[in-house]
Amino acid sequence: MAPAHIRGDAVVWYAVSTVKATALPPFQTLFDEHAQAVLAFLIGAVGSSEAEDCFQDTMLSALRAYPRLGDGSNLRGWLFTIARRKVVDAHRARARRPVPVADPDPGATLDALPAIDDGLWDEVRSLPVKQRKAVVLRFAGDRSYPEIAAAMSTTQDSARQSVHEGLKKLRRGPR
Amino acid sequence: MTVDQALRTRFLERADAEKLVDVAVTTMDSPVGTLLLIATPKGIVRIAFETENRDDVLGEVAEHVSPRILEAPRRLDPLRRELDRYFAGKLRDFDVPIDWTLTGDFARRVLRRTARIPYGSVASYGEVAMDLGTPRGARAVGNALGSNPIPVVVPCHRVVRTGGAIGGYGGGLPRKRWLLALEAG
Repeated sequence: MAPAHIRGDAVVWYAVSTVKATALPPFQTLFDEHAQAVLAFLIGAVGSSEAEDCFQDTMLSALRAYPRLGDGSNLRGWLFTIARRKVVDAHRARARRPVPVADPDPGATLDALPAIDDGLWDEVRSLPVKQRKAVVLRFAGDRSYPEIAAAMSTTQDSARQSVHEGLKKLRRGPR
Repeated sequence: MTVDQALRTRFLERADAEKLVDVAVTTMDSPVGTLLLIATPKGIVRIAFETENRDDVLGEVAEHVSPRILEAPRRLDPLRRELDRYFAGKLRDFDVPIDWTLTGDFARRVLRRTARIPYGSVASYGEVAMDLGTPRGARAVGNALGSNPIPVVVPCHRVVRTGGAIGGYGGGLPRKRWLLALEAG
């Protein structure tokens, strides 16, 4: 409760000023909880051959900046913001090579973050590995079936089948 | 592709090479239960028995030392080797450096004094208090020992009550008795 003599905007200010920042957990916890999702996003965004470098760069940048973050209330969003920047860097570097690539990330703004549905991501992560890869490449990476087939070293039909089965499971909801 | 061990290892190696691991953590099995070992580049900053909640301990270290905490077992190899030899009765004095960051001035004086009690012997709370010339006395010494962030290596188990009673112990009395029995040979 604000003291009685604080009125109007001052009350709002008082309320905001007394909200304690969420303490930062050990970086290891952050890594264990979100590394898988970050890697899946990067595989979709830059392809599996470059994903690991992007992943290492993302995590090292995060670790470097971590003590200055101050507030640990949206660590996942913060990590994905860094990952997006690395994706942009990777695409810039790749632009010198004549290889056609997909748009790195359709919704690459901070504002788009709440659109990441954590529940759905969890379900995607629990799919069998082939279906998970195919679904992530198709929808996070916006890749065509020939590209997915090439990335997974399989046939287009098999890639299509994996996406289809994965989506069927996701529509059924959490088991 | 999953975040497999190779990927984790490469991350840890690069983080270590860039001096970004402010706090290294690992666990080890011991005769007094699983120990959580925590070190900074300066030295051992915290040892916790399994009676303490791991997340609470790491949260405290994140807040007061640094949140750049990673599982880095190799950084704790020297301590683990010394502890293994100590628990086997083959090591009397620890050589690993200590980081006193988590200890206040008074507690640090108490703990440094405690570290000078030889292996196999004991001192009373009152004796330690008197040695430090503190008006706060035995109770304050007891409190400082109770908050010892580095048990076993800083041997607060060697401080007992006058007259032979065992006194208290942060890790529980059975552990204190076990350590005193070990040192009695």
